[in-house]
Amino acid sequence: MQFTSFLDQGQLTVALTGEIDHHCAKSYIQAIAAKIEAYAPATCVLDFQEVTFVDSSGIAVVINALRCMTRIGGQLLLTGIGNQPMRVFRTSGIDKLVEIKEAVS
Amino acid sequence: MKFGNYMTMEFPSKSTNEAFARTAVACFAAQMDPTLEELGDIRTAVSEAVTNCIVHAYPDKLGNITLRCRILKDNTLDIVVKDKGVGIPDLEQARKPAFTTGGMERSGMGFTIMESFMTSFEVSSQPGKGTTVHMRRRLKQRL
Repeated sequence: MQFTSFLDQGQLTVALTGEIDHHCAKSYIQAIAAKIEAYAPATCVLDFQEVTFVDSSGIAVVINALRCMTRIGGQLLLTGIGNQPMRVFRTSGIDKLVEIKEAVS
Repeated sequence: MKFGNYMTMEFPSKSTNEAFARTAVACFAAQMDPTLEELGDIRTAVSEAVTNCIVHAYPDKLGNITLRCRILKDNTLDIVVKDKGVGIPDLEQARKPAFTTGGMERSGMGFTIMESFMTSFEVSSQPGKGTTVHMRRRLKQRL
């Protein structure tokens, strides 16, 4: 698991990298929850620009981040999603639950 | 000749093997000249099947997972993922979207994704004996 994050004017951006599967999902879920708890941002952006693969474990990562943000009354945004992750997110209907910006075509 | 080629591999139910399994199948499928989307779909479905074995078939111990790929006529990739784990007591319930007995890192979408991404998908299971997932993906013939 590798990611970078930064806080700018109440917006927390978490840039995920590599392949997100069951092997690393729990670490991502816990790391993102800890960041949201620490900074209580108004908006959390999960940046998938550097993510090359997700399976259904990636859906769990997004849903857990959404739960964390809903709990503090904030908003979750997804950005930079490539073709393969987008197919997984669309199949699961997660694109109807979370706002997606600037998907990579 | 492509038709008739096959490969079989066996590996323990360690989560590091999720990436290994989907990558190995993608390498095998490369000889069929798949599109990137087809390859992405196959990798995703294999990842789901193997993860199910690791999380559900062998919850408390390591066990063996067998993965077999064959190239059939009509440019079809045939994949079988088999375990000898605990089995699934209620297959109908397990296949429902968002149903999971896994932890917070699971979403219950594994079977739905396998069904959506592959041309055909079958699962058979015997409690106490194991589960077999059999799926096929027909690839577009490219000129």
